[in-house]
Amino acid sequence: MHSFGYRANALLTFAVTALAFICAIASLSDKFSNQNPSAEIQILYIKRFKSYGNDEVSLTLDINADLQSLFTWNTKQVFAFVAAEYETPKNSLNQVSLWDVIIPDKEHAKFRIQTSNKYRFIDQGHNLRGKEFNLTLHWHVMPKTGKMFADKIVMPGYSLPDAYK
Amino acid sequence: MGWIGETVDSIKSIKIRQLLTQAITLGMIVTSALIIWKTLMCVTGTESPVVVVLSESMEPGFQRGDVLFLHMTKEPIRAGEIVVFNVDGRDIPIVHRAIKVHERQNTGHVDVLTKGDNNDVDDIGLYADGQFWLHRQHIMGRAIGFLPYVGWMTIIMSEKPIVKYILIGALGLLVITSKD
Repeated sequence: MHSFGYRANALLTFAVTALAFICAIASLSDKFSNQNPSAEIQILYIKRFKSYGNDEVSLTLDINADLQSLFTWNTKQVFAFVAAEYETPKNSLNQVSLWDVIIPDKEHAKFRIQTSNKYRFIDQGHNLRGKEFNLTLHWHVMPKTGKMFADKIVMPGYSLPDAYK
Repeated sequence: MGWIGETVDSIKSIKIRQLLTQAITLGMIVTSALIIWKTLMCVTGTESPVVVVLSESMEPGFQRGDVLFLHMTKEPIRAGEIVVFNVDGRDIPIVHRAIKVHERQNTGHVDVLTKGDNNDVDDIGLYADGQFWLHRQHIMGRAIGFLPYVGWMTIIMSEKPIVKYILIGALGLLVITSKD
């Protein structure tokens, strides 16, 4: 009954159960943090606007964001990205990621950066002239353990020029 | 004689009734593991509810040996989600982030482009020849939860099969020789 194997088994089972419980609690504790991230994005200028088969835009963005409140003790990193989102006659939703960043800790979570688009902004067709679109800052919080969560700030009212350049 | 002798003795002393009880116990363990796995499949709606990260393409978010929990719903795929997808001609599913999504009007047909956070380029090079987008049928699920390190055991077991055989042998011996 009280053999070595039996005791080792009991100890291991208890240790794993306790660890699982602590992980679950750590993940749950994320729910109680106050989150009020803010962001502001400007399009500084359109570098290029052409149509090779599909419309393509190159632009420079000014991104000003404060994501510090997303960090808790269970946060490993925050993945943040800016996407252009718009509707066309062909597609009910187009989401094109323009720029992204991995934020490793709270100290780097408040930033201002001027950058050209990291990924190509290409439409599926020729719908970008004069197009109104949203710029959305998404964030994806990756925990040390447990449930991942994501949210976004939608910034409407951006538009592209009426002519190619 | 020592430990080996005692083990041999205890194997010899097994009675048929005890043997049957142990076989049933073993069967119960295997079937309950199977029940849990199949239940998870039903609840999460994906063929593989749990995957182990095998590559470094999503570091530092996901490291080799981390375990991901997947979920598949009818909800449309959106940019930023971490999806697990299969490419025709590749055996091992890939876990990467969706960076571009184009969803058709009415039909719900969707074009998705993915990229690993730690990779410099997007995944078009990983897709099948002439394939530029992932569609719904390629996507097995989206990652919703995360548990570090737990998958190392499976990586070790699949890369060094000898460890697996030793482990299974030791467990088998333990089951046979245990007296409670």
